[in-house]
Amino acid sequence: MENWLNAFALLSNFVIVPAIAYGSQLALGALGVTLVFGILRFSNFAHGDTMSLGTMVVILFTWWFQSMGINLGPLPTALLALPFGIFFCAVFVLLSDRFVYRFYRAKRADPVIYLIASVGIMFITNGIVRFIIGPDDQNFADGERFIIRAREFKEMTGLDQGVTIKLSQGLTFVTMIVVVAALFWFLNRTRSGKSMRAYSDNEDLALLSGINPDKVVAITWIIAAALATIAGTLYGLDKSFKPFTYFQLLLPIFAAAIVGGLGNPLGAIAGGFVIAFSEITITYAYKRFVEYLMPESWEAGGLIQLLSTDYKFAVSFIILLLVLLVRPHGIFKGTGV
Amino acid sequence: MIKVDRLTKKFGGFTAVNEASLEIAAGSITGLIGPNGAGKTTLFNVIAGVHKPSKGHVYLDGEDITGLEPHALFHKGMLRTFQVAHEFFSLSVRENLMMVPDEQPGEALWDVWFNSAKVRDREEQVRIKANEVIEFLEISHVADELAGNLSGGQKKLLELGRTMMVDAKVVFLDEVGAGVNRTLLNTIGDAIIRLNKERGYTFCVIEHDMDFIDKLCDPVIVMAEGSVLAQGTLDEIKANEQVIEAYLGTGLKNRVAS
Repeated sequence: MENWLNAFALLSNFVIVPAIAYGSQLALGALGVTLVFGILRFSNFAHGDTMSLGTMVVILFTWWFQSMGINLGPLPTALLALPFGIFFCAVFVLLSDRFVYRFYRAKRADPVIYLIASVGIMFITNGIVRFIIGPDDQNFADGERFIIRAREFKEMTGLDQGVTIKLSQGLTFVTMIVVVAALFWFLNRTRSGKSMRAYSDNEDLALLSGINPDKVVAITWIIAAALATIAGTLYGLDKSFKPFTYFQLLLPIFAAAIVGGLGNPLGAIAGGFVIAFSEITITYAYKRFVEYLMPESWEAGGLIQLLSTDYKFAVSFIILLLVLLVRPHGIFKGTGV
Repeated sequence: MIKVDRLTKKFGGFTAVNEASLEIAAGSITGLIGPNGAGKTTLFNVIAGVHKPSKGHVYLDGEDITGLEPHALFHKGMLRTFQVAHEFFSLSVRENLMMVPDEQPGEALWDVWFNSAKVRDREEQVRIKANEVIEFLEISHVADELAGNLSGGQKKLLELGRTMMVDAKVVFLDEVGAGVNRTLLNTIGDAIIRLNKERGYTFCVIEHDMDFIDKLCDPVIVMAEGSVLAQGTLDEIKANEQVIEAYLGTGLKNRVAS
């Protein structure tokens, strides 16, 4: 029995807890992508770099607050800097809409043209971020590090195997729940949210009703920027901030949005967790897990790892391909790709 | 009220509307008829701001509204419906109607989060209005159904309902009767007449059903090959040789005869 508990603790420590945190981050990222797709009708490839831009502003403000001695006690100072990050990120995406996307919207351009334009915005944003903060790793987490330490857990339960829950992981999950609840309340209960859904349902009719398209577009961008900054900051707190990593995040984020059904917010969340759990369960080495459960004589020679972590992005690719082959509209019905 | 002055719309080399001029008098229900491909819907689209005209002007109460965006025209009280009914399929019928009035405080992010009383009051007014419209159109039984699940005829009623949510000056109806059964068509016709009499809406109606035109419209404008061919009461139109010729092969002559 104790072996089973130990095995479960081990799995929680290395798979379940990290996957929930990573899944929450992907879900928030995918929500941004899916909203832009549903309402503005294009795949925004700049979303990963929007995340890194927002996070960069948060980091700069965090450093400033730290230098002035302002902090939130046990919570990371970055939370205090978050509203500023969201604000600057929103201003940036609104400007990019004003100077790039609006031109194509007026011309009623094909989605593929927006897509290419968004690749351009992606490179520009990427350049700006590297220019300002540099291409290196930045660590900006402060405050308490852990909610539960391995040693405390062992003392508490008497198991051999410890479980660690980092503060950033708990924070990520809680923030995700709060943000998603607020977003769904907004989309389903408020006039602005319903306008956005209406615009997403039928653009022509929305234009002929009392829906101001400029307002819908602006609100969509502001929400996408907020989601991107929050997702980016949580990812940065959990791991670390590096512009290139954020650019690479684009793949699992898109995979999450497509797996769940592009344009469907509920799908984006489900997709985020599907991708995160697959990536981590497939690249985890099960050697010690098996040791707990099997008799000693059965001890495995290898690591029992299905795929090296170097290949973790391949997991997103494979899931993406499978979903596109089997269910092109995603798990939940989206607007399609 | 609406004056269209030598309007031309070309798509590439094809001229869909050719120097069409017409006037729609305030308080009238003007019918717009003509064979398929006569340019009726294109004319509607240009007037309603969906397409920019190649040449010519559109005036609303003497004001030049040529090429204004659809939502700008909506502000001026000019509404339209679609030949193929459009609806917000993932919203309920009531929500579809509540979507229509513009400038609601709930559209501003600030008010949504920090001024909920103002938002709620306005929303309540709009809800009452929507319920009146639902009552008027006798669609209470589907009021909370998703609009995407309605039948074709019910969607047409919803189209008409949208125009009743605001105080429209002029409403353009593009084949409200298409694909609608007789009973429903009569309901729609009655609703149009009531809106015209009681609220002073001006209507411009594209329609193929001559009985429907006969019941509602005076005057009737005939279009053919992108131009206005004739204008007058339905009886005058029926007697017009040119019109009969334009319709030859599409059977108006028979319909007129019967």
